[in-house]
Amino acid sequence: MAKAKRKSMAKGNAKAGYLFITPFIIGFLLFLVVPLVQSLRMSFCEVAATNGQGLKYKWVFLDKYKEVFFKDPDYVPRLLDNLKNMALFVPGILVFSFFMAILLNQEFAGRAFVRAVFFLPVILSSGIMVSIESNNSLMGSMQSAIKEDTSLTSITKTLENILLTGEKASKFFEYVINLVDKVYDIANSSGIQIIIFLSGLQTISPSMYEAAKIEGCTAWENFWKITLPMISSLILVNVIYTIVDYCTKSNNQVMDLINDKLFKNVDYGLCAAMSWVYFGVIMVILGILAFIISRWVYYYD
Amino acid sequence: MTRKERRAYFKERNRKSGGYLLRKKIWNFIFRFCRAVLIFGLCFLILQPLLNKISLCFMTKDDLFDRTVISIPRHFSTQAIRLGWKLMYHFKPFWYSIWIGVLVGVLQVISSTLVGYGFARFKFPLKNFWFACVILMIIVPPQTLLTPMYLMFSDFDIFGIIKAVHGGKGVNLLGSFWAYLAVCAGCAGYKSGLYIYMMRQHFRNEPKELEEAAWVDGCGKFRTFWSILLPGARPMMVSCFLFAFVWWWTDGIYSRIFFSRGMGWYTVANCLPGVVERLNHEYKQIFNIVSSSGGNFVPPAYGNQILSAATMITLVPIIIIYLLAQKSFVESISQSGIKG
Repeated sequence: MAKAKRKSMAKGNAKAGYLFITPFIIGFLLFLVVPLVQSLRMSFCEVAATNGQGLKYKWVFLDKYKEVFFKDPDYVPRLLDNLKNMALFVPGILVFSFFMAILLNQEFAGRAFVRAVFFLPVILSSGIMVSIESNNSLMGSMQSAIKEDTSLTSITKTLENILLTGEKASKFFEYVINLVDKVYDIANSSGIQIIIFLSGLQTISPSMYEAAKIEGCTAWENFWKITLPMISSLILVNVIYTIVDYCTKSNNQVMDLINDKLFKNVDYGLCAAMSWVYFGVIMVILGILAFIISRWVYYYD
Repeated sequence: MTRKERRAYFKERNRKSGGYLLRKKIWNFIFRFCRAVLIFGLCFLILQPLLNKISLCFMTKDDLFDRTVISIPRHFSTQAIRLGWKLMYHFKPFWYSIWIGVLVGVLQVISSTLVGYGFARFKFPLKNFWFACVILMIIVPPQTLLTPMYLMFSDFDIFGIIKAVHGGKGVNLLGSFWAYLAVCAGCAGYKSGLYIYMMRQHFRNEPKELEEAAWVDGCGKFRTFWSILLPGARPMMVSCFLFAFVWWWTDGIYSRIFFSRGMGWYTVANCLPGVVERLNHEYKQIFNIVSSSGGNFVPPAYGNQILSAATMITLVPIIIIYLLAQKSFVESISQSGIKG
């Protein structure tokens, strides 16, 4: 008797649960699955507009994909470029935001203000603002004018020269210098990551550090043995978020190309094929990274 | 203790500790100084483009081409702002944008609250699968869906129902905000997945005893949600709404497929990219130039100044919202980050 009752309660729960998520299910099927399937179909077709508003599909199978990989002069280089930049950026953003979160976790005057400033780009450089910003050549020329004026005394430039002309001008220095050059972009796109790391840092109980201190741990050991493992699950979240954010930004080169093809050439099939290739590549990268990092993540409870 | 005494006391302690205290104090000072410099620099880095834009807004044309003027305008004028305002078609796009932002934001928050609650508190078959779908929704770049969405909304139809009623033809929803509403009610709007995630995280952190007590007292499931959990979720809902509003405000992807000026509805995000083009057009009309060659007639620096002014005009509402509600923006993210 009791068993039957519990079963019915579970059933009721399931029903209520489904009721609550119906909006999502409908939306998911209607606005994500249907368009995705349609775009997949398009990518295998030659799509032509007919007079009466409709579209005509002609099955061409892999032709469009062949065109993407072998015919289009821009796509593959841009994709590779994009991936290379991503490989440069994502670690940079992660390290930067982690570092900033540690700094912001300390007590100092004006902390709230600094936090607000770092979060500002999340609000301001979103959507079309990014593309407007990157097109604004006046800003660029202003900055370069300032740079010119100060180039004689520029520390980074001198440092760069010293480091790169040395005998052991390693790839690593080049990488770091490249990152330093892009610090503006990095700071601009790490708002959310900083906050996520910060919240993670604040959940680590101080008693852990206290115990470590009594046992004679140095700050360095504290960092590697306590802070990093405790925050490792958030690293996974941030890696995924950063990659997704980077790939869907509207000033992204690949996206630009796809948009161009869509609005100028009106080649739906090619567009769909390009999007799918891009999407597939991102998914593969995300999958691999998530797999690797999740094996290393440490869960406290 | 007077100052002198304190100093003497410090010296005494320092001597006892073998110089350790003084060294520590100096290191501490150096560390704090470096940190302050670093943080100031980074803040300046982020704020500089904004400040730059503000200063550009108030420059006259002479200042713009004067190389000795870098950031503070010598002749103060609001002419650029006025021109930018005009090229943004005055109030209209702002009005539309506000309308869309509010309506769509509210709808998005309502649906994602429901769904988030469903995911947080109920056990049902295939739950993990559906949640994976939410994650998928976050990951899929909206640009991938552009074309099919466009086609779908130009001939809209829900599983064949509308077609049956409407006589074999779908409805064209482009150019009206019904398309927006449909997408957002279905939790498929811009970053909806993220809001679902945030709401779920919020409900998960709420104590389970609340609901159990309600259940014991004979409260139905929906009633429990409505009168017990919803009031507590209000701050999170407000933050989700603010995010939604702000992101819709600057969104160029959906607004580009759903609206254009020709359709009668246009948002701020629709108008902003074309400002320089319109400026060129205006100039050509003023100077009566019949040019078929197109190209830029206006000097690029001037065009960019007007663009900056227009951008500032667009950003002002968002900046005000951010300044007022900065806390709820930041805290919602930090809440949802916990337990990733």
